[in-house]
Amino acid sequence: MADIKVAAYICKGCGLGERLDTDALVKVAQKDGKVPLAKSHDFLCNADGVAMIRNDIANEGVTHVMIGACSRRAKTEAFFFPENAVARANLREGVIWIRPDTEEARETTQEMAEDYIRMGCAEVKAMTAPGGNANTGSSKTLLVVGGGVTGMTTAIEASKTGYPVVLVEKSGALGGWAGKLYKRVPVHEPYKSPMDTGVADLASQVMGDSNIKLYLNATVAKTDGAPGRFVVDIATESGATHTEDIGAIVQATGFTLYDMNKLPELGGGQSPNVVDQAGLEALATAAAAGDGVIRRPSDGQPVKSVVFVQCAGQRDTTGQHLSYCSGFCCNASIKQAMYFKDANPAVDTTIIYTDLRTPGNGEDFYRSAQEKGVVFTKGRVAQVLPNGATSTVKFHDLILDDADAAMADVDLVVLATGQVANSGVNIETLTKPQVEGQEGEPQAAATVEVKPISILNLSYRQGPDVPQLKQGFTDSHFICFPYETRRTGIYTAGPVRRPMDIAQAREDATGAALKAIQALENAELGRAAHPRSGDLSFPKVRLEGCTQCKRCTVECPFGAIDEDEKRFPVFNESRCRRCGTCMGACPVRVISFENYSVNTVGAQIKAVDIPDEFSEKPRILILACENDAYPALDMAGMNRNEYSAFVRIIPIRCLGSVNTIWITDALNAGYDGVMLMGCKSGDEYQCHFVKGSELGRVRMSKIDDTLKTLNLESERVRDLEVAITDIQRVPEMIDKYAAELVAVGPSPFKGF
Amino acid sequence: MSKHEYAFYPGCSSQKGASASNYLTSVEAMCKTLDVKLTEIPDWNCCGASIGYAEAGELPRHVLNARNFALSEQNLPGQEIVATCAACWLGARETRERLTHSDTLMADTREALKEAGLTINEMPEIRHMVEVLIEDLGFEEMAKHVVRPLEGMKIAGYVGCQTNRPFGVAGESFENPVYLDKMVEMVGAEPIPEYEQKVTCCGGALAFSEPEKAQAQIKDIVESAYDHGAEMIVTPCPLCQANVEIYQGQINKRYGTKFDIPVMYYSQLMVVAYGGDAKAAALNGQVIKARRLEEIAAKPVKR
Amino acid sequence: MSANTAVAAKYRNNFLKEIEEQVEMGDWVKMCMQCGVCSGSCPTNFQGAWEHPPQELFMMIRAGKREEVLTTSSMWNCTSCYNCIVRCPRKLPITHIMHGIAEYAHRLGMAPKLQPTRFFSGLFWKNATKTGRVNELKLSMGLYFKDGFVQGIKNGMAMQAVALGLVKAKRLNVMELFGGHKCKDQKGIQAMLKKAYEIERSRKTARIAG
Repeated sequence: MADIKVAAYICKGCGLGERLDTDALVKVAQKDGKVPLAKSHDFLCNADGVAMIRNDIANEGVTHVMIGACSRRAKTEAFFFPENAVARANLREGVIWIRPDTEEARETTQEMAEDYIRMGCAEVKAMTAPGGNANTGSSKTLLVVGGGVTGMTTAIEASKTGYPVVLVEKSGALGGWAGKLYKRVPVHEPYKSPMDTGVADLASQVMGDSNIKLYLNATVAKTDGAPGRFVVDIATESGATHTEDIGAIVQATGFTLYDMNKLPELGGGQSPNVVDQAGLEALATAAAAGDGVIRRPSDGQPVKSVVFVQCAGQRDTTGQHLSYCSGFCCNASIKQAMYFKDANPAVDTTIIYTDLRTPGNGEDFYRSAQEKGVVFTKGRVAQVLPNGATSTVKFHDLILDDADAAMADVDLVVLATGQVANSGVNIETLTKPQVEGQEGEPQAAATVEVKPISILNLSYRQGPDVPQLKQGFTDSHFICFPYETRRTGIYTAGPVRRPMDIAQAREDATGAALKAIQALENAELGRAAHPRSGDLSFPKVRLEGCTQCKRCTVECPFGAIDEDEKRFPVFNESRCRRCGTCMGACPVRVISFENYSVNTVGAQIKAVDIPDEFSEKPRILILACENDAYPALDMAGMNRNEYSAFVRIIPIRCLGSVNTIWITDALNAGYDGVMLMGCKSGDEYQCHFVKGSELGRVRMSKIDDTLKTLNLESERVRDLEVAITDIQRVPEMIDKYAAELVAVGPSPFKGF
Repeated sequence: MSKHEYAFYPGCSSQKGASASNYLTSVEAMCKTLDVKLTEIPDWNCCGASIGYAEAGELPRHVLNARNFALSEQNLPGQEIVATCAACWLGARETRERLTHSDTLMADTREALKEAGLTINEMPEIRHMVEVLIEDLGFEEMAKHVVRPLEGMKIAGYVGCQTNRPFGVAGESFENPVYLDKMVEMVGAEPIPEYEQKVTCCGGALAFSEPEKAQAQIKDIVESAYDHGAEMIVTPCPLCQANVEIYQGQINKRYGTKFDIPVMYYSQLMVVAYGGDAKAAALNGQVIKARRLEEIAAKPVKR
Repeated sequence: MSANTAVAAKYRNNFLKEIEEQVEMGDWVKMCMQCGVCSGSCPTNFQGAWEHPPQELFMMIRAGKREEVLTTSSMWNCTSCYNCIVRCPRKLPITHIMHGIAEYAHRLGMAPKLQPTRFFSGLFWKNATKTGRVNELKLSMGLYFKDGFVQGIKNGMAMQAVALGLVKAKRLNVMELFGGHKCKDQKGIQAMLKKAYEIERSRKTARIAG
């Protein structure tokens, strides 16, 4: 580290010059920050200011840059020095904008700014500019698993974008579930009648595309490697295996209808005249091939009355069936009722529903069905009793509150049973026994069938398929990164991700194709995928210090770390999302990033000037998630929401990256309290690294032991959930905690 | 010649000695000031009102209104029909909409009209008097004639149902129409924009057939006016006026209240504000006397 | 064969179809999406007067509950305030449908005999169409005396204060009992209405036959 030269630049713009003593800040950088070069500038982010920095880099040998100006989230284009290590001291959003412009506040405001300068200088010295790693794969081929509407659309979209595609379909034909439909729900004006599925057209596009290599009757036997360098073995019917080099993967394995045989009370499996939606499609397709009359399966007589039972085995509260709504089935039943009405308006068609859910233009479709004479009855079906060739449908009429309502002599009953994801092996059940009564969905684990057959057969240490969240659907950051899975470079699209219809699946497919392309391009450049898009740093491990404890390999939310024969961790960096959970987990602290490490944060913690206990100036360390809490704090500044001058805030990549040593260091240094601000965890998580905040919290739940060892009160460490919208709330949380700490009293460690 | 000329459809309740005769008297005075010429449609008949539905059926109801259209076309060609009564306006306007949208209904109507020696060639526009005031004259023009502002009076604008729904005055919301408040302001009084019963139903014809149900609603309408500090209620509808005014005594007996609030027509307020006397404003037509208004009407006009 | 048995025979189990063909605006019933905004917007339903509020009536029609629908007093509670119409997200002309069902029940003779609004409605129409114009005094008297002479006197006494107030304000004329306002061409009006009834009846019968 001998050849580094640090320069500190203090900006006087945006009111910083008026509110702060910037000359003093320059002196702090020189004296406490020990930087050889420290300057102030009236307007640092303008061309002149940036040119000054560039000139120092070019001509003064500056390698490390500390900018004391606005938040690291602002002016990122101006202060872009990719060849250098750069740290930012947040004097604007973090200091002057959250403090009152009064004479009394001036001293504490200045102290805050000075500490941030000290912290920035300390941090930058512990950093190196990330060099990236060119030694990653460069395959540009996309693997699409599943030849249904989602898979075909993904393949076509990716191919159109210029990327070669390998499409693997387990059956002998393209089309999937949609290929078995007679017609589909309309997606064009006037949304009045069922329309052609479009499957034949998609299939012919796929077949006619020389950029798409199609494997029918094939499965994925093995997936090895990482984004940009996946090696995938494809097993075909003949027993032969083909190996393909793949850059990124889209899993579009769709769904299976919930098994109606589990619903004997609704007549499932009790009579050929009780069918599921797939059964009705088959009848309609057969009818279309003949005289157009849909016939009763038992005796071939024309159907004169048909009842559709919505939510069959869905939205179940007893724990026996699916607890969720599949979303597509209301429109599907409306469409199927139209099969009858369009052919013969005299057929009685009744849809028994509890809540008809036809969002968007489905409303027009619903209205069209009403116009065609489909009767909609709000009720809950209790029983379907087949009796000879007809059935009696008993239901509770919810409008008339008639518990004994019934429809007799029904020729055909159609059960809308909903979608179950084809998501492969639930890797959670591989690693630990299934736990009954888990949080949130008490019976969820029991109701969803564990499909024993793996889809991707990943050779990853954490298991052969992408992780699931609940109900068997694959886990992704639902709000921010919907197609994402917890395996970088592998995306899920379509009903495997959540229940959906064809229109939604096609949109999903397009989105996933583009994300997959982005992933393989990033992999080639050694750059991180979101949320740290473009980050060139990656975890480095000092193996000589490693104790093979496996915490990093177990905890990595993205399964990026495998183990070698000697059980040392093997980092697959293009699988890595740079959250730092491994770094936070490592008990011997041998994992670090060039621009983020136990040291970069630790040095900042130690750089803060801790006033003695008689000064009545407590110090509170805030470790704030850079994705939610830190922007919320910045926005609090933009809104001029004030908070205590006693806090010192350090942005962290994720709560998961918090190493307990930071807490211990802070408390030992005499901080009065530590606030950890991370995203919501659990099933309704908002963590951008999915499991990071949860893992961080599990780790921090043991901090009480540390506090006891230090003979400190449990109030000294506070774990808080902060969302990006908490702009009002976060300053309130800070001030409340600061007030609580006054009651607890100053830390006994001050002055040591 | 007047600037504004209309075929006038006064309706049954406006006739001499009928429940809204005071409405007609004040409208005549108001129109005189505003130079609006109303010519009564000769031999006009009842609109059938909403309540006639049990016997009326569809076609007879429309035929009844169509006779008025035909008479208007024959005697006052080219003039729009103006009604002062909410129900007359609604009934006529509904017939107009239905006949315009159904050729069968139109043909059937013509066939029936033939029996009375009449026919319709062109469908007339059907306007309510407040539409004429707001759209054809405008608030500015109406305000010009105010010579005796009703200063210091706080008046609840009770719009009711049928001038408001289903057609309403263009640009107004069904849930919170504001034109009546603006008219109150225009005559120099203080409106109560937050009067939440302004579009509550007065019970309509049920005031006759099932008085207890209607009176429960009237009670809310009056009570809210009191709660907001109103000393008077104003309305554009004859049945609203009658229902809200004349049953206050019975409501007092039923609910132990002490209601005694005058219920006026907008036209009466305007006549007084325009300098008219109590007679022109038909203030003697009130069952509950509007004493403050009478006092103002007795004062000399400041010119 | 009564009117009722004739239609009942024609429509057998399909009450919805019967309503669609025989009731004014009845073809809108199938479009109800059961949101209940009508029921929540109705002032008299708010007082609990409706045994079956509009939303429920629509459901009952679809469920084929013919007898219950046509004999209920529910729709006679309509005050024609049109609140349901302007609020219905499906734009059903609910007020008109309520009037239509009531009229149909009345036509079939199935409406509750003693329903006061049914009585008043018929009385009003006859009053208005007899001379072409409404005679308010005769209308009121007719209503008061609907339950017989003695009850009529009682009803009249109860309304005495109201009537007296109107008389004093010159808004009720006792002379109306003898003659009163009327149209000149009463003959034409009668002929015209007679024709309208004929046409309407023949159209509805044609639907039963068809």
